[in-house]
Amino acid sequence: MPAATPPTPVTGWGRTAPTAARLVRPRTYEEAVAAVLAGGARGSIARGLGRAYGDAAQNAGGAVLDMTGLDRIRTIDAEAGVVVCEAGVSLHRLMEVLLPLGWFVPVTPGTRYVTVGGAIGADIHGKNHHGSGAFSRHVRELDLLTANGEVRRLKPTDDLFRATAGGMGLTGVILASELQLHPVQTSLMTVDTERATDLDDLMARLTATDHRYRYSVAWIDLLARGARTGRAVLTRGDHAPLEALPRRAQGAPLRFKAPHLPFVPSHFPPGLLTKATVRAFNELWYRKAPRHRTGELQSIAAFFHPLDGVPHWNRIYGRGGFVQYQFVVGHGQEEALRRVVRRIAHRGCPSFLAVLKRFGESDPGWLSFPRPGWTLALDIPATLPGLGGFLDELDEEVAAAGGRVYLAKDARVRPEVLVGMYPKLPEFRRLRRELDPEGVFTSDLSRRLNL
Amino acid sequence: MKDAFGAPQSLLVLGGTSEIGLATARRLVARRTRTVWLAGRPSPALDAAAAGLRELGADVHTLAFDALDAASHETALDKVFAQGDIDMVLLAFGILGDQVRDEGSPLAAVRVAQTNYTGAVSASLICAKALQTQGHGSLVVLSSVAGERARRTNFIYGSSKAGLDAFTQGLGDALHGSGVHVMVVRPGYVRTKMTLGLPETPLATTPEAVAESIETGLRRRSEVVWVPGALRVVMSALRHVPRPIFRRLPV
Ligand SMILES: Cc1cc2nc3c(=O)[nH]c(=O)nc-3n(C[C@H](O)[C@H](O)[C@H](O)COP(=O)(O)OP(=O)(O)OC[C@H]3O[C@@H](n4cnc5c(N)ncnc54)[C@H](O)[C@@H]3O)c2cc1C
Ligand SMILES: NC(=O)c1ccc[n+]([C@@H]2O[C@H](COP(=O)([O-])OP(=O)(O)OC[C@H]3O[C@@H](n4cnc5c(N)ncnc54)[C@H](OP(=O)(O)O)[C@@H]3O)[C@@H](O)[C@H]2O)c1
Repeated sequence: MPAATPPTPVTGWGRTAPTAARLVRPRTYEEAVAAVLAGGARGSIARGLGRAYGDAAQNAGGAVLDMTGLDRIRTIDAEAGVVVCEAGVSLHRLMEVLLPLGWFVPVTPGTRYVTVGGAIGADIHGKNHHGSGAFSRHVRELDLLTANGEVRRLKPTDDLFRATAGGMGLTGVILASELQLHPVQTSLMTVDTERATDLDDLMARLTATDHRYRYSVAWIDLLARGARTGRAVLTRGDHAPLEALPRRAQGAPLRFKAPHLPFVPSHFPPGLLTKATVRAFNELWYRKAPRHRTGELQSIAAFFHPLDGVPHWNRIYGRGGFVQYQFVVGHGQEEALRRVVRRIAHRGCPSFLAVLKRFGESDPGWLSFPRPGWTLALDIPATLPGLGGFLDELDEEVAAAGGRVYLAKDARVRPEVLVGMYPKLPEFRRLRRELDPEGVFTSDLSRRLNL
Repeated sequence: MKDAFGAPQSLLVLGGTSEIGLATARRLVARRTRTVWLAGRPSPALDAAAAGLRELGADVHTLAFDALDAASHETALDKVFAQGDIDMVLLAFGILGDQVRDEGSPLAAVRVAQTNYTGAVSASLICAKALQTQGHGSLVVLSSVAGERARRTNFIYGSSKAGLDAFTQGLGDALHGSGVHVMVVRPGYVRTKMTLGLPETPLATTPEAVAESIETGLRRRSEVVWVPGALRVVMSALRHVPRPIFRRLPV
């Protein structure tokens, strides 16, 4: 049994609502089983790299299993593009190892610093969701450690697999999985950039031409008001084929480089993020984007993970932390999206570039977030007065439109509202009651939302 | 669990008929609070307070709790925590006493000290331990500006609050890093039944204003909150006024 730390404060990436838990870092299956069985009255929850914004990977008074100790890549089939690895392996590590072999992770979020376990636990999506679906679509099999200490090998057709994909660690601890990869010829991206003058223009462009791109996302300026409400910069692209590289780069086309800037100190002065400074930043950034540019070569890091260049950037929000609000509404609910965007713009939340994306087909995970439609994500300082009530109002709009908020980002939704957003929640609860009546797997999120 | 803005889902009020306590409960019920425990001496007023919160949609329980009976605290309070996590404990009981009378009646003065200080020490320690086991929660203690510097006109009450304030700060330090948040609230004159009939002082405020400051303090995870906020400056000036002058100030 690996040693546990004394109770230590833990938060998510948004640094709100800290709670204390014993941290345990299993390095083998046996240690993971022992840790779960020794979890105690307040249970355990798996934690990857803590990139979920809210309280999903916290467990007040109980145990938090730091899964980054299970970090072995077991086998790589470089012909078929299949990797078997433990759940604590990060996507960053997978990129380092797989790119030189001509393979890329099937789905990457806006940061490489997430674990495979976290990617399945939240059933994450990337800029390719409209074509490639969520992460779980590319998982061929996984090993799940359940409440009774048993390790079960699950296939995508199993109910327990479907409860686990997006199940936020509440069905058990994912120990390893087999992933189908995506082939690439180079480690560069070819990127098209264009500007959209307002929200309708943006939606029209995404609807008309998204299918031409593997990856697509729009950065939207939520502080712009009036006729410019929802103005945005679209960046869409694909992995560059070999012939797109300049001759000198064709010799080492699969080199993976990810530069780092100095990280944000732990006592970053708060108060720099005012409406005025954020507005100025958004303005500048919109103006500097080209009206239309095609075929620009960008690195993987620049295209997918611009924020990873600044370690600990979450500290710029100061001690009070921040929340990310992300929701999706279905196609046909564009009016709800317009209303929400107008309300955010009208209120003037000091929100840096928010992200709008068109989702494709859903995957079968019971609590998996994506569904066909529009998703918007924005960061807001948590200390903003009245923010709690304002987001509750947005929830009402989203729920009324049949939409939902994303649990991996959530730190504040009301339990009674969530029920309407996730129709499979009763099934999820039933399965949990059967498989884990004692609450061996418990998190602050599950306590808050009664999952 | 508290949400990202520090809003609790469950609340235990010690001093369940306190006007400040109930104003705070109403405000929090309007946000996230669904379960409320009102602890106090059984009375029609306590039942009425529970009924009032039920009307707002909360699930309300009452329990018998007497600050002066420290020996009974552990059994009474442990029962509450045994039924589920408590996200916030609001310590709101207290008595003002009657300075003039109490100076001539030591036993009455002791009662002020025992309610406000001894009773609070016992209840806070028990709640703090339970919160620590949970690994989360806020303990919010109603101190008073009166404890900041004892005044001729109410030093019995003032000294009890000074003790409570010092105790709570120390407890906050002891619990630092335990996941438990301890917050001292220092209101000035608040218009409640406690101050009924007493001459108002400048910066007098309402229970609702105290409730709002508590909600803000929870959001910011503050350690000390003054109500109104201007009192922080006023009191830091008053703290340095020399004794001979302070004695004669009409505060
Ligand atoms: C800058 C940034 C950009 C992001 N962009 C996106 C995006 O584009 N798309 C998107 O979908 N998400 C995005 N996210 C969110 C992030 O991808 C998810 O929260 C992801 O789950 C984080 O993985 P993690 O390893 O850090 O897991 P943690 O945050 O530690 O945990 C997240 C959840 O997964 C569970 N979990 C972790 N490991 C295991 C395991 N081994 N077994 C079972 N359950 C486990 C935890 O219990 C918890 O419920 C972003 C986050 C950041 C900070
Ligand atoms: N009002 C102000 O100006 C002011 C200013 C600063 C600080 N405060 C502090 O704020 C707190 C709340 O005050 P308030 O204005 O809301 O006054 P309040 O309405 O008079 O409330 C006082 C509470 O204390 C309870 N109480 C008294 N003795 C008790 C005992 N032995 N056991 C259990 N409960 C007991 C009372 O219960 P019963 O119903 O049983 O009597 C009542 O619930 C107090 O600590 C007070 O000192 C008040």
